[in-house]
Amino acid sequence: MKQQVSSTVNGEPVEFLCAADETLLEVLRDRLSLTGTKEGCGTGDCGACSVLLDDRLVCSCLVFAAELEGRSVTTVEGIATPQALHPVQQKLLEHAALQCGICTPGVVVAAKALIDANPEPTEEETRYWLAGNLCRCTGYDKIIRAVMDAAAEMRGATS
Amino acid sequence: MDSFAFQAPTSLDAAVALLAEQRQASVRTQILAGGTDMIVQMRSVDRAPRMIVDIKRIPETRSIQLGEDGLILGSAVAGAELSARDDVAAIYPGLVEAADLIGSTQIQGRASVGGNLCNASPAGDTIPALIANSAICQIAGPGGWRELAVEDFVVGVGRNALEPGEFLVALRLPAAQPRSADAYLRFIPRTEMDIAVASAGVRVALDENGVCTAARVAIGAVAVTALLVPEAAEALIGTRLDDAACAAAAAASSAAARPISDKRGTETYRRQVVGVLTRRAAVIARDRALGGQA
Repeated sequence: MKQQVSSTVNGEPVEFLCAADETLLEVLRDRLSLTGTKEGCGTGDCGACSVLLDDRLVCSCLVFAAELEGRSVTTVEGIATPQALHPVQQKLLEHAALQCGICTPGVVVAAKALIDANPEPTEEETRYWLAGNLCRCTGYDKIIRAVMDAAAEMRGATS
Repeated sequence: MDSFAFQAPTSLDAAVALLAEQRQASVRTQILAGGTDMIVQMRSVDRAPRMIVDIKRIPETRSIQLGEDGLILGSAVAGAELSARDDVAAIYPGLVEAADLIGSTQIQGRASVGGNLCNASPAGDTIPALIANSAICQIAGPGGWRELAVEDFVVGVGRNALEPGEFLVALRLPAAQPRSADAYLRFIPRTEMDIAVASAGVRVALDENGVCTAARVAIGAVAVTALLVPEAAEALIGTRLDDAACAAAAAASSAAARPISDKRGTETYRRQVVGVLTRRAAVIARDRALGGQA
């Protein structure tokens, strides 16, 4: 039996039908055509499918889409504005902090959540926060530098 | 049942009625809290259709009540929500640390203490911390409400004491005694995102002179279930938790352990390490109870 679900995705009201066992990741990609969110492991280990669920960072592969009724989701598509990339996205580019790019959408969402919760993260805090975002290309150093740089820039912009 | 179904009851009564109804109709049901174990298992080892019953819209499973009578922790409260409560961490720091050790930031956003307990892994991090804190499981079901000591809840690997139609609503931790504190330690070969090789949770209460008047010691990942170790607690009670007492508690934990050898550690190694962790956790709990650190 299909579930009818009303929720908010990237600030827009969204209604969809899904099977009871479909994950949020599957609905985002296959029903809502929001393919920015990637599937890596499908078991909550890699973080490629990271989204914000009511502003809390989660793996969308470990959420049933039917749970979304009345709740809101932010995906990587909801991070930038039409005018500009989010500072995290801009700094990832400037630091060349990606190669294949599969982990990048999850890193962007997770890093945004970090800076929103903690505008001045230490390197250690940043590394622990992003421990659930696996990258097999960069060796992480560039990602960490980019995220800390983005946080610094955002502090500068708001002070 | 040839396809999955999903329900999210909004009250305890509605959930109990739904589970009873489905049981009558021979429909398999499964409780969903954070889903971080359940969804993975449903997509790998056990794919059979069932009705998923999401309990997160039931207020009692989502609340954290800290008062004079102690803590009532809803079974579906996410680790990140618990970690944000400094008032809880001030009284039950070991429990909060145990919950905070589980998985990544993303997993923390979903995974609950109640789910960790129900999943009943021998290595579940919150289980020894709950046992050390004398937690009581609050269970709703067709027979009404019942309570069960947490050390009796896990009955085997992946098996818990819930009867058909029952589910865990909350965990009740007794009020902390004056000058008491807990601590939880686990050993893993890396710094983050791993499963305990051995673990220990300790809670102690001291009198005005720093003499231990009550203690609970529990060990994890060294037997089929987490174990309460009364002999280790007895080694602490009546002492000032000095080196000799903590060493005696360590020896009691090592003696009580019944570990297996696997890729993460040999039997001998785990037995040794669980003693070390017991000793160190006892020292941390003592220093916290003395007010040395929060």
